[in-house]
Amino acid sequence: MKKITADLMHFKTLNDLVRDCEDKDIFIEHCVGQRYIAASSKGKSIIITGTPGNALGAYLDGSEITVNGNAQDAMGDTMNDGRIVVHGSAGDTTGYGMRGGTILVRDNAGYRAGIHMKQYRDHIPALVIGGVAGSFLGEYQAGGVIIVLGKGAEGKQPTGFFCGTGMHGGKIYLRCDEAPDIPIQIKADVATEDDKEDMRPYVAEYCDAFGGDVEELLNQKFYVLTPNSNSPYSRMYTFN
Amino acid sequence: MAIDFLYPQYEVIRNRDRCITCRACERQCANKVHHYDVDFERMESDESKCVDCHRCVSLCPTRALKIVKTNHTFRENANWQGETIMEVYRQAGTGGTLLSSMGNPKDFPVYWDKMLINASQVTNPSIDPLREPMEIRTYLGKKPGKIERDENGKIIPNLSPRLKLEVPVMFSAMSYGSISYNAHESLARASKEMGTFYNTGEGGLHEDFYQWGNNTIVQVASGRFGVQKDYLDAGAAIEIKIGQGAKPGIGGHLPGAKVAPDISRTRMIPEGTDAISPAPHHDIYSIEDLRQLVFSLKEATAYQKPVIVKISAVHNVAAIASGIARSGADIIAIDGYRGGTGAAPTRIRDNVGIPIELALAAVDQRLRDEGIRDNVSVVVGGSIRNSADIVKAIALGADAVYIATSALMALGCHLCRTCQNGLCNWGIATQRPELVKRLNPDIGSKRLVNLLTAWSHEIREMMGGMGINSIEALRGNRLMLRGIGLNEKELEILGIKHAGE
Repeated sequence: MKKITADLMHFKTLNDLVRDCEDKDIFIEHCVGQRYIAASSKGKSIIITGTPGNALGAYLDGSEITVNGNAQDAMGDTMNDGRIVVHGSAGDTTGYGMRGGTILVRDNAGYRAGIHMKQYRDHIPALVIGGVAGSFLGEYQAGGVIIVLGKGAEGKQPTGFFCGTGMHGGKIYLRCDEAPDIPIQIKADVATEDDKEDMRPYVAEYCDAFGGDVEELLNQKFYVLTPNSNSPYSRMYTFN
Repeated sequence: MAIDFLYPQYEVIRNRDRCITCRACERQCANKVHHYDVDFERMESDESKCVDCHRCVSLCPTRALKIVKTNHTFRENANWQGETIMEVYRQAGTGGTLLSSMGNPKDFPVYWDKMLINASQVTNPSIDPLREPMEIRTYLGKKPGKIERDENGKIIPNLSPRLKLEVPVMFSAMSYGSISYNAHESLARASKEMGTFYNTGEGGLHEDFYQWGNNTIVQVASGRFGVQKDYLDAGAAIEIKIGQGAKPGIGGHLPGAKVAPDISRTRMIPEGTDAISPAPHHDIYSIEDLRQLVFSLKEATAYQKPVIVKISAVHNVAAIASGIARSGADIIAIDGYRGGTGAAPTRIRDNVGIPIELALAAVDQRLRDEGIRDNVSVVVGGSIRNSADIVKAIALGADAVYIATSALMALGCHLCRTCQNGLCNWGIATQRPELVKRLNPDIGSKRLVNLLTAWSHEIREMMGGMGINSIEALRGNRLMLRGIGLNEKELEILGIKHAGE
């Protein structure tokens, strides 16, 4: 394992070390906000202590990243494959446009998490947030799975406002007792047993990473959000 | 309903003496204007479906056809013109947003046509480009602020990654989806042959086209379609699309009906789903945020590729460009309000944005005033129609230009402006296999090469006339331009004198 002490190292120096590292396993300690760590990386296993900066694992293409701490904004931007596990919270636009791979956030995520998430063939991205998410969760979602476990939300809707605005594909699962307040283009149904079976592997992955009981979580009430139509704008235009 | 009836705008005139009922027109028209009447043994037409694309006219072996604008009119009214009235009917009938294609067709001033180019007489003699070397090769990217040397006095190569253009013209962004496979292949092959670049648009890069990666600019837009490591690595440069001249402030939307299997593979989304690129990048709210995307792309490609930021020309374009020049981007692309599109809301296309000529002059001046002009190259598009427009753009300060509408014309586009129908009879703005095959990439790429070759001759000719033998000496050389019929404010913004001064 290659060990790198980040401290006040410039992000470019740090990222060059990561990119050129021949070891598969990399341990970055004392990370203090260096951006773009492991951008477009594949085939590596990276553990970070401290706080990685914005755009951690952007365009990630298969590497596995573990953060022992919080992550900042734009983590997993346009991620294609791989896994990011955050033992803490993540910032805004977590998983922007992600097309594959898995992001597990133990606690909370900021605004616009999972925005533009999309799926393609066997690439079905998943974003699991243990606590609550900010406003605009899953905005423009076109595919993939977002799960918010709502720990600490006491059964209230575990998101901010405008959850799923512009959503036209994929699914959002929210653990809450009452039907969530959502825009008219999407619908919310109480999650069925089939839905919960769909959720199971992701929830199990979350519990593997952070602890917790899968059955106990799945026995709670979840709502599943899906789009009303996968072509929301088709009737909007008239040819001139 | 009767009030929704719109009289056809074009009439098909068929010369019965010449028509041999070969039915070529019927086979050629995807809009199904022509049909053969078995009882009367003659061709008939339904002009209500005609889009005036001239495909039937061009293919009629006996020249029996022509398309004319109808003289059926509303009562003349300078304020309420026929088009305006019909748009009201259309919207009252459907409740829909009006959707149009290609660039702004309205009668706004074309400043290119109000600028004249200088030539030498007696002093500083002109140069004959056929006999003397003329340099039009152009490099795009950041220029280093200083020369650095090592302890032995040797120059340390500190150049940022650049694009090398043998002609100062690139093909601007058109996605696979908005135009056809054969159109993309034509652009890619012509770019390679001419030593320039074409641009994927926001639709991803088809696997067959990775072979032309060295002549490809890959685009990253808010929807991130097809963006992955291999895609970023495949291109010679990466363009972040913020805006497009035809629809500033508006995003892109490829309807699910057009997401066919091949398009789905290229965009990396399921078949039949809408491909939505919203107007804003929801992770960019400031120049600092833009800088973050610029550097994440540079990190993802190990600083090997220049990053372009494309914006549309809007009111405060100079201030925005100043921010972009400080964002770490290597190239700014500015798209004027006449730029084309596969589909845009009519009102946006015709009323939003500013002319590229004024935007370019304002941006170049602002970057010079702030001492940051060398931080970036400036590329302009949004209706560059010919080589004179290019010479004027470079004299106003552009490093190179983007063309698209004229490139499509080289491929056969007759500017019927109905790309949104997806029934392009010339095989360009369509995904229907039987139409796409009408555009032969062997011929298409050859015609693009012809166009750029002809334009580079003309550019050299005009440069020679000015006594300039290197395009570097023309760049930002506004003394080579004079305005004609422009007011003082326009001259001030363009930074040029009036003819006769």
